[in-house]
Amino acid sequence: MRNLVKLGVVTVVAAGVCAVAGVASAAEPIKIGAFLSATGPASFLGEPEKKTLEMYVAKLNKDGGVLGRKVELVVYDDGGAGDKASTFAKRLIESDKVDLIIGGSTTGTTMAAIPLIERAQIPFISLAGAVVIVEPVKKWVFKTPHTDRMAAEKVFSDMKKKGISKIALISEDAGFGKSGHDQSVAVVKNYGIEIVADEVYSPKDPDVTAQLTKIKNAPGVQAVFNFGFGQGPAIVTKNYKQLSMPMPLYQSHGVASKDYIRLAGEASEGVRLPAAGLVVPDQLAATDPQKPVVTAFKKEYEAAFKSDVSTFAGHAYDGLQIALVAIARAGSVDKAKVRDEIEKTSGYVGTGGLVSMSPTDHMGLSPAAFHMVEIRKGDWVLSD
Amino acid sequence: MFAAFLQYLFSGLTSGAIYALAGLGFAIIYNSSQVINFAQGEFIMIGGMSSATLVASGVPMPLAISLAMLISMAAGIALEKFAIEPARNSDVVTIIIITIGASIFMRGAAQLIWDKEFHSLPAFSGESPIAVMGATLMPQSLWVFAVSGVVIVALWWFFNRTMFGKAMLGTSHNRLAAQLVGVGVKKVLLASFALSALLGAVGGIVVTPITFTNYEAGIMLGLKGFSAAVLGGLGNGGGAIVGGLIVGIAEALASGYLSSAYKDAIAFVIILFVLFFMPNGLFGKRGTDRV
Amino acid sequence: MLAIIIASAPLGFSNTYFYDVGVNAMFNAIVCVGLNLLIGYAGQISLGHAGFFALGAYGSAILTVTYGVPPIVAMLLSAAVVGLLAFVVGRPILKLKGHYLAMATLGIGIIIHIVLKTESKITGGPDGMSLDNFSMLGFTIMGDRMWYWVSGVLLVLTVWLALNLIDSPVGRALRAVHGSEVGAEVVGVDTSSYKVLVFVVSAVFASIVGSLFAHKNGFITPDIGSFFHSVELVTMVVLGGMASIFGALIGAVILTLLPQILAAVEQYEAMILGAIMMGTMIFMPKGLLPSIVSSVKRLGGGR
Repeated sequence: MRNLVKLGVVTVVAAGVCAVAGVASAAEPIKIGAFLSATGPASFLGEPEKKTLEMYVAKLNKDGGVLGRKVELVVYDDGGAGDKASTFAKRLIESDKVDLIIGGSTTGTTMAAIPLIERAQIPFISLAGAVVIVEPVKKWVFKTPHTDRMAAEKVFSDMKKKGISKIALISEDAGFGKSGHDQSVAVVKNYGIEIVADEVYSPKDPDVTAQLTKIKNAPGVQAVFNFGFGQGPAIVTKNYKQLSMPMPLYQSHGVASKDYIRLAGEASEGVRLPAAGLVVPDQLAATDPQKPVVTAFKKEYEAAFKSDVSTFAGHAYDGLQIALVAIARAGSVDKAKVRDEIEKTSGYVGTGGLVSMSPTDHMGLSPAAFHMVEIRKGDWVLSD
Repeated sequence: MFAAFLQYLFSGLTSGAIYALAGLGFAIIYNSSQVINFAQGEFIMIGGMSSATLVASGVPMPLAISLAMLISMAAGIALEKFAIEPARNSDVVTIIIITIGASIFMRGAAQLIWDKEFHSLPAFSGESPIAVMGATLMPQSLWVFAVSGVVIVALWWFFNRTMFGKAMLGTSHNRLAAQLVGVGVKKVLLASFALSALLGAVGGIVVTPITFTNYEAGIMLGLKGFSAAVLGGLGNGGGAIVGGLIVGIAEALASGYLSSAYKDAIAFVIILFVLFFMPNGLFGKRGTDRV
Repeated sequence: MLAIIIASAPLGFSNTYFYDVGVNAMFNAIVCVGLNLLIGYAGQISLGHAGFFALGAYGSAILTVTYGVPPIVAMLLSAAVVGLLAFVVGRPILKLKGHYLAMATLGIGIIIHIVLKTESKITGGPDGMSLDNFSMLGFTIMGDRMWYWVSGVLLVLTVWLALNLIDSPVGRALRAVHGSEVGAEVVGVDTSSYKVLVFVVSAVFASIVGSLFAHKNGFITPDIGSFFHSVELVTMVVLGGMASIFGALIGAVILTLLPQILAAVEQYEAMILGAIMMGTMIFMPKGLLPSIVSSVKRLGGGR
């Protein structure tokens, strides 16, 4: 409610500015819809995404909007449930008549909405990780985050560099971890690495030492890779230290937020993970094109919400920017034109990396988008 | 091999003690009102969240813990006063839905009052693991065992040695008879909710350093606590403890020797089997139907 | 009368989103009418019906997508399997009483959910799986309007079936079971057979709706079989009114619409939903419909 009011005030102010300036005051606002998992098990993703969208749309309207039109944002919370996501997607399309949809914080909610979106022919930018969203390519569906396959590949190539050939996998049995697990199993052979132990935990398990003990006793394990987000990986990390397991621990990009370090405490020392440049803006080379973008975004986000920025917030930022640029280039909100322009996105510098899409690639991130970081003294250190 | 087994056992005991503490709250309320309070997990969450956020904002730990217990008790009393008491004479199912509504309400309130992030408390006595014959245990797990033990003894004393506790037990056996001998049923109900909320808070506080907490933490703890209480036999505090430990150990051994993906399922299969053969749980009273 | 309401409701629908919500409400209503036979009439609680719903949905999805079985056959086959499963587990489980029964059904629902989540090679895991439209004899159900009429007809059929069942000797036996199981047994009612029968019937209802739901949405995730969904279904029944066919229907419609209406108030949604649930049950302990009916009667009597 508070946000609605705030949004309303912003809209009114923006309208007033437009009216005074005499620019396109009669123009209808551009409507962007979003369904996100702001509550439920995936609120870790959905909450920062929602905050980011709201903040940047308000900012945009203050600066005059796009094409001389204000932008109106309609956000629904799907609680992480696929059936709710599909109903809200329908609501956005049919009832709110939005021009473009951002969202689906999780792969499940995204996939649940895709049949509707393809039928309704409306441009859609997903914020979820799995490869299946853009492979095979679906005409109206795009996505901004790195895929879980890219994360797995980054980790495996780092392991290969270190001469590791036998690893253990421990993953969460909910969407993110399960999908990451399956992708890891699919690509691991390309790196000459063998998975000799494969364990699973539930996101709310209080203790995973049983699974870790099994891994510890599996012969020849040289490194452990954990795929999950939320409190699970922090518990894995703490239990890992408790059992004083000697081999290196790798995490996925799912933990690339300061919360993880805060929860796992000292146990997180030495953990390696793939992460976007966003978590280490200061350490990026001065020549890195991403540097100014991520530095600015981090600063704005942290000033607005007094909490550490996470990669997930960055996905929403990228999605919104790609959409707005495409709308500006299309010169209208004609759905087919906007779709074509999103597909033509080229050289966009986002928080996730450089994005160049094509008719065969609706994500457009190169593997270079990931950096390997290591946790030292409670902070991220770039290490690749 | 033995070291591995011992580690599985420790893992199971840690989880099990947490489930047991959650289960105790169900047992107390059931004892005095035959009500299953599906908002019990939320008391645990409130205890964990308020102590964690208070400590984070600079309040000394002992004060934060006492405040958290008071806050949770206040929530328990409010729930009883405004939602359970007015519906006292309704069907059991009706009251179940009220408590489910209450749990949704409390989760909604928690995400407004606090936030949706995970919070933690520093471990009470450090984070150096204790080694026992090749396996390790965190000091905080010992705290959980100790607190469960103290709680069980304290409850036994309360229900068997104090007048008020005996009155509460009496009410559960026969409401009308208790009323006739002058036990205030309303007071007993109120006390049982306050007590189980307090217990929930204690549980939430001691487990937060291990499991962390957020506004939804109560769901899983509530579910496991309910399972523990039913497995042990409803209304039996000791049964809830044994039930919780069995569930926890079954999960740990299942992930150690069978399949970690199916450990929760295996725990439920065990509960189902126990119920098939002992329809009132392990230590439940034989039910007799009134005709 | 129900038919008239269903037929006239679309007059107020300005776009297909409303049809979609309408279809969801009616799907829930069918499950709830079935579940109410169990809860309201036979007095047996189940916290596992979402499991049966999900089995129907996944049965249809796997049979049609992986094995190319025609949708109608897949739906009936899934329903038969679910019915059989309910029959097998029903016998030992329904011997349990009260909260123990709640625990056992909860356990079964959760086990089904875990299997659907874990066997990702067959079910797609937590990311879900997609499936095609429902087609039969060269005729395809597509679009929200068509689904609306199909589910409307099914709902009327279900209500008619349920009303007949209640008035039959089976229904009387069930109510006897609810009133006093021992008493019913003394007068020669085979209570456990009746309980199992109604358990199977309600599970089959849930399974068929699950199949249809899967075809309508075109994509399903294991969440539809979660414990929350089971609780939601029971809440619909109790809120609307136990032992009242139309009560269950109203409960289903209200609890389907509420989250849609409350979506506008964002972070207050959970608090308001919880407060409404508590308030309704405190002031109308018998559920919405029976309480309203009795107060109307009282007013009538006072005149």
